Amino acid sequence: MAKVPVQFTLNGSEKAEFIDSGTTLLNALRDKVGDTSPKGGCHQGTCGACSVIIDGELRLSCLTLAETCNGTAITTTSGLAEGGVLQPLQRAFLDTFATQCGFCTPGMIMAAKVLLDHTPNPSRDEVVEALSGNICRCTGYEPIIQAVLTAARANSQNAA
Amino acid sequence: MELRKNYFADVRKDDLHEVGQPRPRSDSPGHVTGKTAFFADRNFPGMLHLKMVRSPHHHARIRSIDTSEAEKHPGVVKVLTAKDVPHNVYTILILIQIGPEDETVLADGKVRWKGEAVVAVLAETERAAQEAAAKVKVDYEVLPAVFDMEEALKPGAPLVNEYHGRNYYLYDSGECRKVRFGDVEAGFAGADHILEQSYQSSPIEHAPTETTGCVVVPEGNDRFTCYTNTQAMFFTLDNASIILQMPGSKLHFVGGTVGGGFGGKVDVIVEPIAILGAKLTGRPVSFIYSREEEMQISSPRAAEKVVIKDGVMKDGRIIARKVTGYTDAGAYSRHSPYGAQKGAGHYPGPYTIPNVWIDTYCVYTNRTPSSAMRGFGVTIGDFALEVQMDRLARLIGMDPLEFRFINAYRDGDMKAHRQPTEGAALIECMQEASRAANWPVAEKYMAMSSYVKGA
Amino acid sequence: MALALQTFATVKDANAALKAQGTRYLGGGTLVVRAANEGDVSVSGLVRSTDPALSAIAVAGGKARIGASVTMAAIARHPGLAILAKAARAVGGPAIRNMATVGGNLFAPAPYGDFAVALLALDATVGTEDGETPIGTFLAGRDRSRAIVTSVSFTLPKTDGFRFLKVSRVKPKGVSVLSIAAVVEQAADGTVSSARIALGCMADRPLRAKAAEKALLGRTLDPDGIAAALTAATEGIAPITDPIASAWYRAEVLPVHLGRLLLS
Repeated sequence: MAKVPVQFTLNGSEKAEFIDSGTTLLNALRDKVGDTSPKGGCHQGTCGACSVIIDGELRLSCLTLAETCNGTAITTTSGLAEGGVLQPLQRAFLDTFATQCGFCTPGMIMAAKVLLDHTPNPSRDEVVEALSGNICRCTGYEPIIQAVLTAARANSQNAA
Repeated sequence: MELRKNYFADVRKDDLHEVGQPRPRSDSPGHVTGKTAFFADRNFPGMLHLKMVRSPHHHARIRSIDTSEAEKHPGVVKVLTAKDVPHNVYTILILIQIGPEDETVLADGKVRWKGEAVVAVLAETERAAQEAAAKVKVDYEVLPAVFDMEEALKPGAPLVNEYHGRNYYLYDSGECRKVRFGDVEAGFAGADHILEQSYQSSPIEHAPTETTGCVVVPEGNDRFTCYTNTQAMFFTLDNASIILQMPGSKLHFVGGTVGGGFGGKVDVIVEPIAILGAKLTGRPVSFIYSREEEMQISSPRAAEKVVIKDGVMKDGRIIARKVTGYTDAGAYSRHSPYGAQKGAGHYPGPYTIPNVWIDTYCVYTNRTPSSAMRGFGVTIGDFALEVQMDRLARLIGMDPLEFRFINAYRDGDMKAHRQPTEGAALIECMQEASRAANWPVAEKYMAMSSYVKGA
Repeated sequence: MALALQTFATVKDANAALKAQGTRYLGGGTLVVRAANEGDVSVSGLVRSTDPALSAIAVAGGKARIGASVTMAAIARHPGLAILAKAARAVGGPAIRNMATVGGNLFAPAPYGDFAVALLALDATVGTEDGETPIGTFLAGRDRSRAIVTSVSFTLPKTDGFRFLKVSRVKPKGVSVLSIAAVVEQAADGTVSSARIALGCMADRPLRAKAAEKALLGRTLDPDGIAAALTAATEGIAPITDPIASAWYRAEVLPVHLGRLLLS
């Protein structure tokens, strides 16, 4: 079967692959590029575990075809820590016990990152709204909300 | 976090260093960096994808299966039916002598629930497997189905599972698990009030964010590595060994990282057929439930019906309790005979009652097989028992919390299944609950203790 | 046959490609990619168009024209479409709203398609290369529709004339038990001079509550004035049954929520 080329930056690195037409970005990232931090929880757009950031916008990689992402800049959770140093958002998830099974965590962090990128000091309601497309079936929502608010405080202290 | 040390202070060494202290979770750094390896995060060259052809009927005889078109479909490598499975009829708990074997890996001659696995298709891509699965032709003769436990127990009901020969599990104690303690009828005769109520629950799906699945790799040394999200590693290994008629030494299971389980990943469903696929093709095989399969196919918590009859005195003492519990196993046993048995042991709840009669039935219907889920056999029973407790308190005009203090079990009390109570802390929990919920009770209850010296 | 995507610069060329059997138009992907992921093998080819006109929003002279590829997020943040922000935000979570399009929402089967409910109450017209079609006619025939939707157009109601309500069991994001959109205009004496009420989840696609609309004319928006409309609200409905709610439940609660919306 004919392959189609895709080219984008992933966490700042240039990536180019030949994929089957119709391949989702989730499968392309996981199976071709080797970034398994986005998870396939439902493949229906309802769980948010596959959330990635494309050109600054939160997207569901399970419903996005990879070949529509040519020329874009994609961010995933695996690209956040620089030189092994966790970002404040990751640190906050650790410190507030905002992970249980960990399957929803990369998607949650993506949704939270987009929020904080646009709204550095969000209200609790804004955090809840920003995470509303991401399901945590271990039902640890409260520590996750606290993690995002904690990270926001840490960011604003660093900026001050 | 506050650790109350005043309770049981004289019977406990107070040298705790870790309890009550927050400690970082060892798995969190992997989670927040996306580095934790879940089973599906492994990708192998040449990996095949397994898709299941499932029964569209609740109960049907299979007249014939035609896989010829599916086998010719581009990208298809192997199509498996019941005859390919070395030991096709199994039951998970046979490992602890709970038989008979009653479930087919792939349906053989009959399907007993809507969604039952009939034919497995292995193909180069998920899409090819899905397309080929749609080409498998199964000729069914639809049979009458039964979905209600009481209907299933009536004479003349459709027989769900021939391996049992009856629509209930036959325990060594007979048609149900039984607990007999004191004289329950004498208790009812002497009671001031009798209250009989029935309670029912529907099946509940665990809905883990990561769906059930496994990835199997044939190794060069004639062994198979199975990456799986099972919650029951050795149960799965041993059952796979039986189903595949393959020594356990040939199977290397890698797991422990589970994207949400809640008891929903203790059944042995995906691994044996995926290992068989890897064995027969010599290629890595991935079998991962779709979201729809996770919701519709994986075992839910059983539907239950609980009938509770209580004899209570005006002073608050429950003097007789009779419980009949029904657990809907669905079409196959899985863990349900154990769940129903747990129910028998758990009733009459954390209360000391002198006359108790318990019967718990494990019933087969043409519903999705149920299995383990967080406290199965107990959780629904507790719901029923505690609603019943509130109703009893209302009946005799007593505060519901004080009513529970009167009946709470304490150290040394003999439980209905003849295990003496030890380490009970119900009184103390209720005292804390009374404070925390600002629901005051009389001073004499706040002065009570579960701990009975010398008990 | 594997799934293959064809991309065209113009709607005309995309429409031509859509004539092939087994093809579907790819908007935001929230419907067709989902179906393919779930094993729907009836779709083998996806077609899309990158025509910039599909992503344009034009608001002028009290009228709005929204390109079919415009996302819910783009509508929610457009200052000229502020009255529709609530309806746009009712769709999915933040990521879905960055993907789901106006055109796609017209095809979303209940319990989805909350934004189309709003468009039905607005009496929008649906544009294709063949021309403009009233939304009611379009929705009724959507299963046979082949031409790519290019835009939706409507007259902007007065700020206080448009009402929208989505009822779900989970907040802030949940699948609809039902949704209701209403454009109600009142005369100087407060009586209703015109009313359009659209319902979601009361059939497999958005539905006008025409009997309730009629019963509202000449009445005032108070408990007595709307009583007849609430009684008439369930006329002609055939609610869906799904894991969120049964048809019976949806029919029972519809008058309650319609009452709240009209009195709000």
